[in-house]
Amino acid sequence: MNILAFLIPVSLILGGLGLLAFVWSLRAAQYEDLEGARHRILSDDHDDAPMR
Amino acid sequence: MTAACACGGIAAVPASAAEARPDILIHLPTIHCAACIVTAERTLSAAPGVLSARVNMGLKRALVTTDGTASALDLCTRLEAAGLSAQPLDAATLGQGADHAGRDLLMRMGIAGFAMMNVMLLSVAVWSGAAESTRQLFHLISAAITVPAIAYSARPFFDAAWRSLKAGRLGMDVPISLAILLATAMSLAEIVTREGHVWFEAALSLTFFLLVGRYLDQSCRRAARSAAAELSALDVPTATRLGADGPETVPSGALVPGDRIRVLPGQRLPADGVIEEGETDLDRSAMTGETEPAAAAPGDEVRAGETNLTGALVVRVARAGQDTQLARLASLVAVAETARNRHASLADRAGAAYAPLVHLLAAASFAFWWAWGGDAWQALGIAIAVLIITCPCALGLAVPAVSVAASGRLFRAGLLVKSATALERLSEVDTIVFDKTGTLTTGTPAIAAAPGGTALSVARALAEGSDHPAARALARHARDRGAEPATVEARREVPGHGVAGIWGISTVRLGRASFTGAEEDGRSGMWLHIGGSEPERILLKEMLRSGAEDAVAALKANGYRVLMLSGDGALAVADTAQRLGIDEAEGGLSPEDKVARLEGLAAEGRRVLMVGDGLNDTAALAAAHASIAPGTGLDAARSAADVVLLTGSLLAVPEALRVAKAARARMAQNLWLAAGYNAIAIPVALVGLATPLLAALAMSTSSITVSLNALRLSR
Repeated sequence: MNILAFLIPVSLILGGLGLLAFVWSLRAAQYEDLEGARHRILSDDHDDAPMR
Repeated sequence: MTAACACGGIAAVPASAAEARPDILIHLPTIHCAACIVTAERTLSAAPGVLSARVNMGLKRALVTTDGTASALDLCTRLEAAGLSAQPLDAATLGQGADHAGRDLLMRMGIAGFAMMNVMLLSVAVWSGAAESTRQLFHLISAAITVPAIAYSARPFFDAAWRSLKAGRLGMDVPISLAILLATAMSLAEIVTREGHVWFEAALSLTFFLLVGRYLDQSCRRAARSAAAELSALDVPTATRLGADGPETVPSGALVPGDRIRVLPGQRLPADGVIEEGETDLDRSAMTGETEPAAAAPGDEVRAGETNLTGALVVRVARAGQDTQLARLASLVAVAETARNRHASLADRAGAAYAPLVHLLAAASFAFWWAWGGDAWQALGIAIAVLIITCPCALGLAVPAVSVAASGRLFRAGLLVKSATALERLSEVDTIVFDKTGTLTTGTPAIAAAPGGTALSVARALAEGSDHPAARALARHARDRGAEPATVEARREVPGHGVAGIWGISTVRLGRASFTGAEEDGRSGMWLHIGGSEPERILLKEMLRSGAEDAVAALKANGYRVLMLSGDGALAVADTAQRLGIDEAEGGLSPEDKVARLEGLAAEGRRVLMVGDGLNDTAALAAAHASIAPGTGLDAARSAADVVLLTGSLLAVPEALRVAKAARARMAQNLWLAAGYNAIAIPVALVGLATPLLAALAMSTSSITVSLNALRLSR
């Protein structure tokens, strides 16, 4: 059962990373224009800064 | 270029592009692909004064941040030149900034979802037999995740419950909050006593699913609200004021009594006033429903909302802004509208029946088990299990999920649902009342009968000299018949009367009866007078809106009672009614008459859907059980209506009724489904056999079933 002492923190940290990624994406306005995002991927211009 | 300078950090620029808020909004109705986005953004960024520009395709809108020197109109001109149609939006009407409420809910949802998944994983280990210290450790970790997650995520429910308790009501939020709080507190206590069930994941999944429901509900309303606000923001009324230093363009709201304004043909009057110079015909159909334009000359009173048709006017403003008759009538409607907000929605009624039941069941099971078993702690555990299992997780999703699916489907059909209860009210309708002018008909006339031959050639030559809708219809009619314009000299338009000219040696005139020397007989039309001969009549008919005939036929076939109430003359009304196959039609009605007719129908027990576009319909739109206004109508009519018709075709009306009925049926189905799951789970909980595993299963399966059932509607 000692393996738990190792695995539980690992799973929590991984989950926490996912949560952080979600919080970041929300803060960075990644959900503001889902319609446009699927078209922008076809454009040649590099573009990663949605307007808040 | 300017954008590059700003990034370079020149001191003159107050804020960097990243910090500044977009200050110009532009509506881009036609963008649909990646190329459009790129074109729009490049065009806008290249314009002087623009710091940055971003297209939001979902909203069909460009957000432009400027240094204050760029004008919205200039940017639109540039976009038009690049091949994109563009209109400036009034940022003040739309309200600035992103959607904070939606983002806030999304964040709470994310946190609750994350916590739910992790705690669920730990719980699965406990349920499958983890014991002793492992079990205790897992419970402690679960508690460490759950308590902060609940404290943050479930705040909207706690706040709402607190508000409704203070108001002395027992809304749905009270049992929800109670279940979440008690489950968490009870689980913490169980950790200390090391026995019994731990309900952390139940509390979290309850929070999560209910937040999903809230978010759907909120995003549906927001989409409708922003689209409706956009319609208003699109026609920001402006006026040309003749100031001391020449004409200037000002917003209509900035006019004050005593100002002199110029109104060109084709423009809507921005304020009430008196004509100082110029003669014209005025289109009053938006105000009264009359199709026949009225002649106006200096000294005549004009009102905001009327359209100037033929001659340029100078008007001295008598009342402006909120004092105009238009604005006062519109605000009367806004007051009347609150009456309809009392409509109890299906979800409200279900909640009202459910909330006391939940409390009663939980309290009864507590009392029974305490009295029978004598163990208060065990009794409390069972009561909490009952509360959690009965908690209306699926109930919270049942109605919003259907609303989202149905509104999305209607939006694709060209209908914008503005009000939250509109779908339910539409589904209850059994009688449909149409306005005529601007709703069933387009408001532009067509020619019913006209002389042919040379007379038509002369008529075409005269008609091309005027912007009057009847003249334009005549010119179109002659062109279609292949009549070449005759050579008419000295052609001049006499606004308010007609067009005159000289053809060969004879004087020719086209226009009103009095202008051409004919007898007025009350039927709509115009007259052509050539030289010494008798004036000839040119009969007008109204153009029906596309799909009007089919829509009326479809509605009648579906068993709806269809009526037409119009402010126009009785002859014109009877004619249109006959062409459309409407048996019950009435003309010459004032706005009050229309409301009285609707009240009469309501007194007969009829649920009326009013479809209308003008100011004279606005009170009726607000008084009806449900209402639809065409997007081409007056702003006042659009804001009074529940549903706005964005397409030109009236066929969307039967479609709206059909979808509303389907949606209503689906909502009821969903509520019964949710109740069905409870009917199975509650007895189990009451006898004390409920486990966290059972609660989790019941909650997720019922929520998913209900969502999938709602989704079936969107296809």
